[in-house]
Amino acid sequence: MSTIDDSAAPGAGLAGTGLERRGLRLGDTLFRGVALAASAGSAFLLGWIAFKVLDLAWPSIEEFGLSFIWTDAWDPVTEQFGALAFVYGTALTSAIALVLAVPISIGIALFLTELAPRRVAAPIATMVELLAAIPSVVLGLWGILVFGPWVAQHLEPLLQNYLGFLPIFSGSPSQAGILPAALVLTIMIVPIASAICRELFLRVPRDLTDGALALGSTRWESIRGVTLAYAAPGIAAAVLLGLGRAFGEAIAVTQVIGGGNSINVSWFATGDTLASRIASQYQGATSQLQAGSILYLAAILMAISLVTNVVAQVIVRRFEKARRAA
Amino acid sequence: MSTVAETIDPYDITQRSNGLRRRRITEKLMGVLAIGSALAAVGILALVLGTVIYKGIDALDADFFTQPRPLFGAEGGIADALVGSALIVAMCVIFAVPVAVLVAIYMAEYASPRVSVFLRIVLDVLNGVPAIVVGIFIFGILVVGHGQSAIFGALALAILMLPMVARATQEVLEVIPRSLREASLALGVTKWRTTTSIVLPAAVGGILTGVVIAVARVAGETAPLLFTSSIAANQVSTDVFHALPTLPVAIFTFADSADPADQARGWAAALVLIVFVLVTNILAKVFSRGRAGR
Repeated sequence: MSTIDDSAAPGAGLAGTGLERRGLRLGDTLFRGVALAASAGSAFLLGWIAFKVLDLAWPSIEEFGLSFIWTDAWDPVTEQFGALAFVYGTALTSAIALVLAVPISIGIALFLTELAPRRVAAPIATMVELLAAIPSVVLGLWGILVFGPWVAQHLEPLLQNYLGFLPIFSGSPSQAGILPAALVLTIMIVPIASAICRELFLRVPRDLTDGALALGSTRWESIRGVTLAYAAPGIAAAVLLGLGRAFGEAIAVTQVIGGGNSINVSWFATGDTLASRIASQYQGATSQLQAGSILYLAAILMAISLVTNVVAQVIVRRFEKARRAA
Repeated sequence: MSTVAETIDPYDITQRSNGLRRRRITEKLMGVLAIGSALAAVGILALVLGTVIYKGIDALDADFFTQPRPLFGAEGGIADALVGSALIVAMCVIFAVPVAVLVAIYMAEYASPRVSVFLRIVLDVLNGVPAIVVGIFIFGILVVGHGQSAIFGALALAILMLPMVARATQEVLEVIPRSLREASLALGVTKWRTTTSIVLPAAVGGILTGVVIAVARVAGETAPLLFTSSIAANQVSTDVFHALPTLPVAIFTFADSADPADQARGWAAALVLIVFVLVTNILAKVFSRGRAGR
């Protein structure tokens, strides 16, 4: 916000000699230069990360080409590698997590903004924030030692009992697999998405919801017709940011997903996501090509998360601009 | 709103009450679902915290904080990982915070609105780069040639911390009243002196809050450290030019172990980490509330 012109030379009246004045100017120029360098450096860093990861993956990109992405193979012995199983694992776990997390997040945000009295809402909002602060490795430890066994012994048999005719709930329950990984991801997305939704709902103009209520709609009808409609683009951005988190989460997923190589219809089976495969095999690479393939996975992961994040940012800016214009 | 348009015969009492009843039931149901969601989130938090405390508290004793990890058996603690984590996080703060504050100053004080928006997008996208990709980046530019080192781990964490602190600082700087800057400039103080001795001191509380929250987050990051500082001996060391053991990586390995003694140590280490993270988060909250109250 440089509304005040530098060239008006503040300090000109005080600084007696030209030398002093030049000293002051020099300080200004230097400081500005350093700040500019830091900013340019940050932008450069982002580009450098993208370039370097592609560069590292290049041997494998050259070897397998783009078909790597839809090839289902991971065999260090015959040196055949493909990402399809991990793209599938990433997509499936993220999709399950999103389907569960979005309604829950909206529900929490509505509870905090519309239903709960302030004295109740404030501590609950804090607790939801603290849920976001739990390190993923701790969530993974809990996932592998407590949550996974619970899923295998109680949740999965229950699902199989009632919904066993669905192929996704077939097979024998296991402690590690797609389902526990997706549920852990849900736990990680909910606090982020609900915090964003809460901000959005707080910004919905009161007179719009009041208008809906005055027309005789119930509170839920005013929420559905006004609040959710008004916040819809923001909710989409929140979903994308949550998705970015789900794609990129390596540690907790590695701990609970079981590290399978194949594509399974059943959610009880083990699998792997792009991020979790990188984390679990970072040391185990036996050949140059396998190492390169792991880095190829990283390049795919980076591309996906860059796209998701940029789209989310664009939606947020548009939404803000539209709101300001309104 | 479709509800208003619904054909309701105002004189047909049964029809009216039916529609209303359905709407009331939906209203109640949605309320219950919303409360249920909030309860579920709080419940999960309580469940995770409760489990970590219950399973971790027994292993916490003086030895746990002062002894390094043993090769096997139930003796010993995690002093090595505590020291390593503290060193790496401290270096990360030293690397990231000055740069982040400078970026924020450039955005808030110098850049044109366009450049400022561009930088904001860059920072937000940088913030969205998965931690594991940042780990691979540092691995590729530094670890490949020089081997693992705590400094490289700190650099990876600093890349994660930079956008968090820069955005937090920039937001604080934007709400500092312009009159404060103008008063200083009108007194003949140069712009950079105004920024460093008027604007920054006014913003220091907010910047600290941002830094504390960022520290809490990077202290628990595991993925970047796997590539940069994971192959280390389990002994207390302050040699930052080599890989140092850290708390998150220790928990990660404990979680994979079949040895109950290791698992117990994993729970205790998780308890230490979680207490640190929660306390710093709550401190940051108190910080910012104190500022808002003034």
